[in-house]
Order: sequence, then C-alpha cells, then structure tokens
Amino acid sequence: MIDAPKDKKQRVITSPEYKHSDFEVRSLDSQCVNASEKQVPFYYNFKYMLAGILFGVILVKAEVISWFRIQEMFRLESFHMYGVIGTAVVVGAISVFLIKKLNIKTIRGEVIDFQDKKFNKGQIFGGLTFGLGWAITGACPGPLFAQLGTGVTVIAVTILSAIAGTWVYGKFRDRLPS
Amino acid sequence: MLELIKQPWHWSVAGLFIGLTVPLLLILGNKSFGLSANLRHICAACIPANIPFFKYDWKKEAWNLFYIVGVIIGGFIAAHYLHDPEQVKVAPTLVADLASHGIDDYSELVPTQIFNWDNLLTLKGLFFFVVGGFLVGFGTRYAGGCTSGHAISGLSNLQWPSLVATICFMVGGFISANLIVPFLLNL
Repeated sequence: MIDAPKDKKQRVITSPEYKHSDFEVRSLDSQCVNASEKQVPFYYNFKYMLAGILFGVILVKAEVISWFRIQEMFRLESFHMYGVIGTAVVVGAISVFLIKKLNIKTIRGEVIDFQDKKFNKGQIFGGLTFGLGWAITGACPGPLFAQLGTGVTVIAVTILSAIAGTWVYGKFRDRLPS
Repeated sequence: MLELIKQPWHWSVAGLFIGLTVPLLLILGNKSFGLSANLRHICAACIPANIPFFKYDWKKEAWNLFYIVGVIIGGFIAAHYLHDPEQVKVAPTLVADLASHGIDDYSELVPTQIFNWDNLLTLKGLFFFVVGGFLVGFGTRYAGGCTSGHAISGLSNLQWPSLVATICFMVGGFISANLIVPFLLNL
C-alpha cells in the first residue's frame, strides 16, 4: 500500500499525518490528501452532514444548481454565476491566507495542512470533458446531489451515469495521457 | 427573517457562504472541500472490481459521503420549506431562445420539460442524463477535481494547476452550451 506510484514519486511528504493515512488514495488523487491523525468515532462525521445541509440550502437558494443559470453563465448572459464563484474564491483565498498566517488549528487542535496540486494533462483533457458535460447537465457533482434533493428524481440517473463515468476513468486511467 | 431567507439570494451572499465552506471544513477536521471525490468513493465502496484506482480504504473518507448526504437533505429543505413562489428569473435572451425550443416551464430550477422520467428512454434523455452525467463523472476524475475541488479549494490555495483546470472547465462549457446544447434541444 505504501508503494508510491511512479508519477507521484517526487511528492514531498511533509506532514506527519501521512504516515497514518491511506497512501494509495491520497497519492492518486489530490482531492483526498487531507487526513486526520486521530481515530474518531463514526458519529463524529455527523458534523459534516450538518455542514452539507447548510451547503445544499445555499446551492438552492442562490440558484447555483439552476440549469438555467449555468446556461446563462456559458452564454455570457448574466453575471450571477461569475459573481458567486468569484466571491467564493476571494473569501476562500482570504480564509486560507489567514489560516496559514495565524497558524489556525482544527477544533481538535490539529495542524491544518495544505498540499500543492501537481500539473498533469488530465487537468486539460479532463477539464474540457467535464466542461462539456457541465453545460449539458447544468450541474457539477455537488449541485447534482442538491438537484436530486429538491425532488427532481430523474437526476438519480445522471448521478448513476456520473458514477459510471468515474468508474470507466478508473478502469482505463493507465491508458490515458497524463 | 424567514421571508428574507426565502427570496433568491444575491450572488455576493451566496459567494460569501460558499467561500466560507473552505475554512469551515479545514477547521472542523482538516478536510479539503471537494465533492467529485464522492463519485470515486461510491465506486470504491460498491464496485471496486479489483481496479487499483478503487482499492483504498474509502471508509476513511466517509466524512465526504456524510457531507454529500447533507447536500441532498439541504436541497430537500430548501425546496420544501424555504421555497420562493416566484418563478426563476433568467436573462430575457435565454428565455426567448429556449422558448424557440419549446422550453417555457420555469417552476423548477431545472427545466422539467427536459429532465423528466418520460424522457429517459428518448434520444434527448440519453444525451441530457446519461451522456451528460458520464462526461461529468469521467471528466472531473480525470481532471482531479470539479468546481469545488479546483475552482474553489484549489484557487483559494493559489494552485496554478487548478487555474488550468478551471479555465478548461469554462472552455468546455462555452463550447457545449453554445454549440452542443442547442443541437441537443432539437432532438
């Protein structure tokens, strides 16, 4: 499990959290690099569910999950989505800066760590592929789940298809340019 | 107060709250905001099929699955208890263009004239649900993240690969919305 895949050999492992984490998932996917060193009971995860509920409400009330809003964005007919994403990035960047600057810890006193993302061709080819799909479904992965929650049950088919897409990527990733 | 919440939120309010999700998850437990990873965790949990990409301890990432279940519940709450009776307001040019394709129902946030079960086995449904969803799932994983992981988390941490990914998301979206979607609407 701790054999580093060849494309990630140069990754600098600076965080002590790594030794307790599942190296496979973290090294293959920069989305999953953060880990908590402490073993926590299962029910601790419910706080993330509460955070998710809040996020779902925001997505709906800001119409971020609206297929119409996504079309407007890509047809340059409205500023709404640019305003949402732009504001979110500025607020996120200021937050990350402050966390680093003030050395803010988690609620359980752990150090918050950040990993650099490595460039690979997937960000271009995969990014373009996702963009093509995003305008068709009118939703990226988070909003798909929120759309399902609002009661448009047929979105379950879209989600299953997205899971299938991820699976096919996993199956053939060795043969794709990276 | 409830009336204030019920009306559609201004983009700056929405952006503020979405941006605050980044530090919220970091401070709650050193978690990086990124939702497309859940599609991978579901594969790892349900259909790993001995593929190395799905052979990892997905239970350690269970927090994200809890989060996405929360997003579904949040969508339900917003739609049922915080619903604004007004129709979705969109740009007049889009309304006119969609009307020419027979789309004029703005009662939901998605056009129910496309996204309904009756369309499932039609060519239109095949493209809008099945092909669209597939491209989203395949593309986000190939890119290593989606709007939350790259455009929001990645850019917040000033990662240039995330900027490349975000630009490619937008380029793909521009091509699709302007050249492909109008064609698909005519199916």
